[in-house]
Amino acid sequence: MLPSYELVYETYGTLNSDKSNAVLVCHALSGHHHVAGYYADDPKNVGWWDTMIGPGKPIDTEKFFVIGLNNLGGCHGSTGPISINPATGKPYGASFPVVTVEDWVESQARLADMLGIDQFAAVLGGSLGGMQALQWSLAYPERVRHVLAIASAPRLTAQNIAFNDVARNAILTDPDFYGGDYYEHGVVPTRGLRLARMLGHITYLSNDAMADKFGRGLRSDKYSYSYDIDFEIESYLRYQGDKFAAYFDANSYLLMTKALDYFDPAREYNDDLNKAFAAARANFLVLSFTTDWRFAPERSRAIVKALLHNHLKVSYAEITSTHGHDSFLMQHTHYHNVIRAYFGNIASEFTA
Amino acid sequence: MSTHDHSTLTATRPDFAAIAAWIPPGASVLDLGCGDGSLLRYLQGTRKVQGYGVEISDDNIVACIQNQVNVIQGDLESGLSGFESNAFDYVILSQTLQATRHTEPLMQEMLRVGREGIVSFPNFGYWRNRMDILQGNMPVSEVLPYQWYDTPNVHLCTLIDFETFCHDNKMTILDRRVMTGESEIKLLPNLLGSTAVYRFKRAV
Repeated sequence: MLPSYELVYETYGTLNSDKSNAVLVCHALSGHHHVAGYYADDPKNVGWWDTMIGPGKPIDTEKFFVIGLNNLGGCHGSTGPISINPATGKPYGASFPVVTVEDWVESQARLADMLGIDQFAAVLGGSLGGMQALQWSLAYPERVRHVLAIASAPRLTAQNIAFNDVARNAILTDPDFYGGDYYEHGVVPTRGLRLARMLGHITYLSNDAMADKFGRGLRSDKYSYSYDIDFEIESYLRYQGDKFAAYFDANSYLLMTKALDYFDPAREYNDDLNKAFAAARANFLVLSFTTDWRFAPERSRAIVKALLHNHLKVSYAEITSTHGHDSFLMQHTHYHNVIRAYFGNIASEFTA
Repeated sequence: MSTHDHSTLTATRPDFAAIAAWIPPGASVLDLGCGDGSLLRYLQGTRKVQGYGVEISDDNIVACIQNQVNVIQGDLESGLSGFESNAFDYVILSQTLQATRHTEPLMQEMLRVGREGIVSFPNFGYWRNRMDILQGNMPVSEVLPYQWYDTPNVHLCTLIDFETFCHDNKMTILDRRVMTGESEIKLLPNLLGSTAVYRFKRAV
């Protein structure tokens, strides 16, 4: 149990007088509160969903009051393993509790309370963020009018958990991990975190996207016959791994993957997803991407089926995209048109 | 939606009014190949139905959302496995039957998912179509607007063909409305009607 916690959040647009235009954006594994726009003193730091959210964009901040936050346990300013435990004066490290999607949604509801928002016009997210959006409809059915679950799933498959566990093992077995208390040793399990990200990154792309972007392209024109980088894909993955390991906290990564693994709203209903969604009252938009094999379209269709069973309003689009799981973050005309149309309807439900 | 919109719609799609006349208020409806969602929007406006559409085209998905119609993207040719048995009061296939490849299993699926099915299609036995054939040409008309080389229609039929099909597949026809334009055709429907709408269920 944490004695207290802080959440860092950003807002875009203006909350209307009856507070009916609020939209909560839930982030995925490596996301954070900086969803859109950039800072005056840091113009290169563009929000991770800037293509989607902003003035005149599919989620139009001239109509909606958009909130992005960093989840509890994250490493971008909210209380997490890297934060100082007031009781010990040292970073929480290994003593930071494992948090779940349910915990996140509860903490997000407290943030909403603080901002005086009784009901969100919409809660949305991609991947792990989509799971939080779904959880909102179950935990607080009266507090959310629309839920958008993008490239998400009602629970992970065994294969998906397996990928997470390999990623965790890379971190856990790094000699610099020190059981999670690496901060006090002045080191970071960079190798493990880097490997975890490299593996994750492979699963976020599609076979075709990788083939198109890299193929068997070589860094130089001949093989080195060594274990140095030969292929462009190796160079790319190592670069991505290094970049990620330089800013992300390994304990946060462990915690986020565990939250993914644990999410399973049907579990307490004898694995009956229909029963799990019986509590929901929101309207839903479910989106998947054709080449996403980490959160495949059939996982989204399972969500749709349970929503239909409960006679809930739902639309489902399967977006043709070559970019695999990462598609949900990409600029894509049809995908953005779907979101724009849906948010256009939401905007017609309230007065500015 | 205004009544003006409704009257415009029923002029261009006279089968809409015929379908709506059979559907009681508040019914649950699945519209297969729902296009831009016009029929469902019309039924939501006039019959307060709880409706969902199934549609394959990306552009129509966006159009349905803009029309405030629930739409599930999917391919009818791969069946209705995303829908539970007896989930809907009515499953509608409006001006789509003739363009389906797996027509027979789809018709069976309609009656698995729905209590009753409603189908509308162009009557190939309409006299103008027969005249075209007699003169040596494939029919092209307002109801059959395609040239032979670009038509999506692979399973055209006449009223008699459809009724035989229903009989052979143990489906009971409950109601039939035959039209040419907005006028209902009672006399010699297989010859004088350009469009037909049927309501049917599983034979017991």
